[in-house]
Amino acid sequence: MAGAPMPEDAVTTVLGAPEIGRALTRIAHEILERNKGGDDVVLLGIPTRGLPLAHRLAERLAAVEPSLDAAHLVGELDITMYRDDLHRHPTRPIGTTTLPADGIDGKVVVLVDDVLFSGRTIRAALDAIKDLGRPRAVQLATLVDRGHRELPIRPDFVGKNLPTSLSERVAVLVEEIDGTDAVTITAGEARA
Amino acid sequence: MTAQNRPVLLTAARILGGEPQDVLLADGVIAKVAPAGSLEVPEGALVIDATDKVLLPGLVDLHTHLREPGREDAETVLTGTRAAALGGFTAVHAMANTTPVADTAGVVEQVWRLGNDAGWVDVFPVGAVSVGLAGEQLAELGAMASSAARVRVFSDDGKCVHDPVLMRRALEYVKAFDGVIAQHSQEPRLTDGSQMHEGVVSAEIGLRGWPAVAEEAIIARDVLLAEHVGSRLHVCHLSTAGSVEIVRWAKSRGLPVTAEVTPHHLVLTDELARGYDPVFKVNPPLRTAEDVEAVRAGLADGTIDIVATDHAPHPVEDKDCEWDAAAFGMTGLETALAVVQETMVETGRLTWEDVARVLSTNPARIGRVDDRHGRPVAEGEPANLTLVDPTVRRTVDPALQGTMSRNSPFAGRELPGQVVATFLRGRPTVLDGEALAPAGEPAPQGTIA
Amino acid sequence: MRHLLDARDLTRADAVQVLDTAAEMAATQSREIKKLPTLRGRTVVNLFFEDSTRTRISFETAAKRLSADVINFSAKGSSVSKGESLKDTALTLQAMGADGIVIRHHASGAPHLLAHAGWVDAAVVNAGDGTHQHPTQALLDAFTIRRHLADRGVAGSGEGFDARRGVGKDLAGLKVAIVGDVLHSRVARSNVQLLTTLGAEVTLVAPPTLVPVGVGTWPCTVSYDLDATLAERPDAVMMLRVQRERMSAAGGGYFPSPLEYSRLYGLDQRRLATLAEHAVIMHPGPMNRGLEISAQAADAARSVVVEQVSNGVAVRMAVLYLTLAGSGTAAPVPTSKELA
Repeated sequence: MAGAPMPEDAVTTVLGAPEIGRALTRIAHEILERNKGGDDVVLLGIPTRGLPLAHRLAERLAAVEPSLDAAHLVGELDITMYRDDLHRHPTRPIGTTTLPADGIDGKVVVLVDDVLFSGRTIRAALDAIKDLGRPRAVQLATLVDRGHRELPIRPDFVGKNLPTSLSERVAVLVEEIDGTDAVTITAGEARA
Repeated sequence: MTAQNRPVLLTAARILGGEPQDVLLADGVIAKVAPAGSLEVPEGALVIDATDKVLLPGLVDLHTHLREPGREDAETVLTGTRAAALGGFTAVHAMANTTPVADTAGVVEQVWRLGNDAGWVDVFPVGAVSVGLAGEQLAELGAMASSAARVRVFSDDGKCVHDPVLMRRALEYVKAFDGVIAQHSQEPRLTDGSQMHEGVVSAEIGLRGWPAVAEEAIIARDVLLAEHVGSRLHVCHLSTAGSVEIVRWAKSRGLPVTAEVTPHHLVLTDELARGYDPVFKVNPPLRTAEDVEAVRAGLADGTIDIVATDHAPHPVEDKDCEWDAAAFGMTGLETALAVVQETMVETGRLTWEDVARVLSTNPARIGRVDDRHGRPVAEGEPANLTLVDPTVRRTVDPALQGTMSRNSPFAGRELPGQVVATFLRGRPTVLDGEALAPAGEPAPQGTIA
Repeated sequence: MRHLLDARDLTRADAVQVLDTAAEMAATQSREIKKLPTLRGRTVVNLFFEDSTRTRISFETAAKRLSADVINFSAKGSSVSKGESLKDTALTLQAMGADGIVIRHHASGAPHLLAHAGWVDAAVVNAGDGTHQHPTQALLDAFTIRRHLADRGVAGSGEGFDARRGVGKDLAGLKVAIVGDVLHSRVARSNVQLLTTLGAEVTLVAPPTLVPVGVGTWPCTVSYDLDATLAERPDAVMMLRVQRERMSAAGGGYFPSPLEYSRLYGLDQRRLATLAEHAVIMHPGPMNRGLEISAQAADAARSVVVEQVSNGVAVRMAVLYLTLAGSGTAAPVPTSKELA
């Protein structure tokens, strides 16, 4: 997960609160456009920071289409138990999974995450969704795409493409959790 | 080494911790004791610098399990007596719970001969009180007493003579040849399936408790029986504060009751069971810190007459298992003196003179071998002696011990003192801390460091 | 968590983490597809030296729901009954590549030995040892109590099954009575420690013969009077199984007759009526109906005995996850493929 930047490293802020807000608004419009409205759309936020982003997208969808109820659009998808690297790390705490009130069967599920990197999180999320129901389609929205994919996965909606090197770390900060909205890049030693 | 039959001159030895003196051993006896530096070195003599070392009468263990015959995978008379010599002993009493049980003249004579053949220490077999230790019928105590082994100590140790009638008869019967019944005090019904001391720790870790009262009730009964029939009673390995009180009371009445404590009950407690390492499983069980203090006090004030090892070797597989499945017992011959030094001498509760009393004089007298062992360190006495360097500290490593078994509860623990030399009738069985084979050859089995 | 041997090893934070993890596990168990891929490729051995079909099935279900491979190794019909030592059995399992060993043993301390003797690298989970510990039972009891009682007073609680009710909370302020054969009970020992760690007040109720010498140091109250304890309005009443053979002289002669036992220490209809409205009735099973618990109490709406069983699976999934899923080392394995 994108962690807080280390103070001694050089930190560059690449997106601020206004840019993040504009990106989310644009993504909300793209979602409605792509799906010809929001009737069957639900948003599954991937903890930790995908979840507040999903809630913000839901508000924007509801703002455009008053028939939508933002509170009923969003679910939370914890993918810990579907990860393929569990045994390579100390035990991770398991998060919560809650589906939107009407479930996901027959819906268009838009996965929402903060940063798209190797694609493994999304692979795990797709596996988790498979066990939870049968959506009509699954789409992917991410605030930042930093590249370096290791799996054939691509986003449908991107806030910003951010070319990075592997040694850099990308952090997304959100108001709800971190007290501020920002996307930062920290230069650092490759952690290989 | 050809040290076997030469005269030995110990220079500047502190007899019972006293002033330095030269001591000459020749022809199996103490030939001369004189102020340090005053004795000439006789021709061909082995000279040992005993400066700052303490000279004690050879130690006598009233309670040793040599396991032979029957469990030669745990110990043999040879290895057990070698361990004894390394521990500073010149005599051991071999307990009767062998296979077959030492309940006939034949078995006790066999053990006695094996001891003689091994030659490390004098082996005095203990006879069983009841046939097969079954607690039902008296063994032929008289036959064992009049055998070549001259048995004077009788015990069903490992089991309690719990039938009061049988105990009374045994106490009475051995008066005919000045014998003594050494009782393993354990009320069997109160200790059915017991695994450790019953108390706070057993309650927490879920091991079946062995209540102190199961020991104390038998001691109290036996003391009263001994008073009634006017017989000698010896209480083996007492372990509780209550037992000390009962023996103190018996002595205050002038009863011929003697008592022993093991080295492990002088220092170890039931807290050690928490790790479920069966090396700490022993019978009677390790008790509480209060009990440890009580037995130390009892030993210091003479309520407890002797320290006896209850050396109980077991093969590895009998201890490398679940606690419930493991055998009871610990080795002790090679750590006994060190534990007494640590717990009693270094705490100021016993002098070296007292150590000689509780580890040599008293056990020899109780076992009626005091014509040869537990004698004063004086001219004309048998040269059964132990020379100790109390300044050395060493870490116990069971793999380096003389005993065949590895179940020392002191493994890895640093203990004070080192037996430098042991002399059996003037002949060194241990020299520079190493066992000397009786024939003058290196010890036959394993390495002894 | 490297092993789970003893409820005493768990701090309050550890225990809450297990319960919270169990809550997430329980939430997955109401889905149509109950199986998770989490422990794929891991091998769990159920090493049972003592018959306990219930506990074994619970662990087996838990392991299978997490996609672990499960091997059941029962002492009966195996080489153990022919005298094979625990050590050799352990070395065999090690050679077969067991990642986790769930052990039930009649000797107290056997799991401790298995974990610390150096025979195996596997994580060891104690599924009940002698009269010592049964930590997963205590965890499932704590989970059940928390789910029913930790949110007491919150509107809407008590309706329907919400696996996550009480998440993050401990049992502070709750009163739990544990009634029965404490002396021989690993369930009682584990619960006293765990429930106390979680802030509950525990009272043990038993005839004096069935209370261990040395209980005075336990962090709980001991009572010989069930009615007096019930008058203090406990929030949960846990009845322990009493084996009928304990009354015989051969079994120890701990009480005069089953009738006297149930009269003094059984949860009968009269006592059932005195319980607080919110109080729950628990039993680790199997129950002796008519001895320690009446049929009315066992089947009462406030009885959570059946729920304890299903919670057992979730708690054991959590324990297997926490002992087996991670790398087992403090430092993460360095990788450039860290998920962003």
